[in-house]
Amino acid sequence: MKISEFKDILSGKVVCGAHLLDHDIELAFASDLMSDVLTITEDNVLLITGLANIQAIRTAEMSNIHCVILVRNKNASCEMVRLAEESDIVIIETPYTLFRTSGLLFNAGLSPIY
Amino acid sequence: MMEFSFEINGGDFSNAGMISSLVKKTLKQLNIDGMIIRRTVVALYEAEVNIVAHAYSGVVNVNIFPDKIKIKLTDKGTGIADIDLAMQQGYSTASPAVREMGFGAGMGLPNIKNNTDELNLESTVGVGTMLEFTNFFEPK
Ligand SMILES: Nc1ncnc2c1ncn2[C@@H]1O[C@H](COP(=O)(O)OP(=O)(O)OP(=O)(O)O)[C@@H](O)[C@H]1O
Ligand SMILES: [Mg+2]
Repeated sequence: MKISEFKDILSGKVVCGAHLLDHDIELAFASDLMSDVLTITEDNVLLITGLANIQAIRTAEMSNIHCVILVRNKNASCEMVRLAEESDIVIIETPYTLFRTSGLLFNAGLSPIY
Repeated sequence: MMEFSFEINGGDFSNAGMISSLVKKTLKQLNIDGMIIRRTVVALYEAEVNIVAHAYSGVVNVNIFPDKIKIKLTDKGTGIADIDLAMQQGYSTASPAVREMGFGAGMGLPNIKNNTDELNLESTVGVGTMLEFTNFFEPK
């Protein structure tokens, strides 16, 4: 699925990385625990999280994650946006909860990792 | 051969991961295999965060050889009383402030173990901790 499709499904707002919206992603993982995210071994996974701080983006950078969805109206800080732009990471903000976001994307065809 | 050294301040979450980021860029420029880069920077990032989360200050030495990367992190801090226990998945003494930053699952040290070819962890309570690991660029 293309990143632009997640944005539509989630009534999301793209905060940065608009040039990457055509990028394809097949797998997703939802967590607020960064060490949990860092156990993933697949590349190019979608991260759905309620953790809106710089460490969410650092974790994405180290794990070759190119799209981070911030749920429940959490806003990306300037620091997060700067790092995301540097590392080719799209940040999308959605008003939906972690549960609803995961459910909608699962129904739309994204697969879980485990 | 390349050698860098950096300092880390305890509690400085906004800079945690800067060294990992630099090492990632350097290894990419050296055309190291993507999987090996990823393993190395995940281990280093977890180790950086451990100093920020659990120690007062630390020094990171990165040595890149033609066939391997060797990273040594030495910190001043409370140290680890029981290393076998600390290595167990789920064991954590992280403070609420650390948990708010998205850490404290007790998975960092097991992650480091899984992502390194050689690992050495030594600690003295009340003094500090030394974590050293090596990753080879070609499978041994
Ligand atoms: N550098 C260190 N100095 C002092 N204690 C440490 C250090 N590194 C780890 N520890 C101790 O070992 C425990 C386990 O570390 P580990 O990295 O596995 O988990 P965590 O840091 O608590 O959580 P996570 O890494 O999942 O975010 C820590 O909670 C802490 O008690
Ligand atoms: Mg840790």
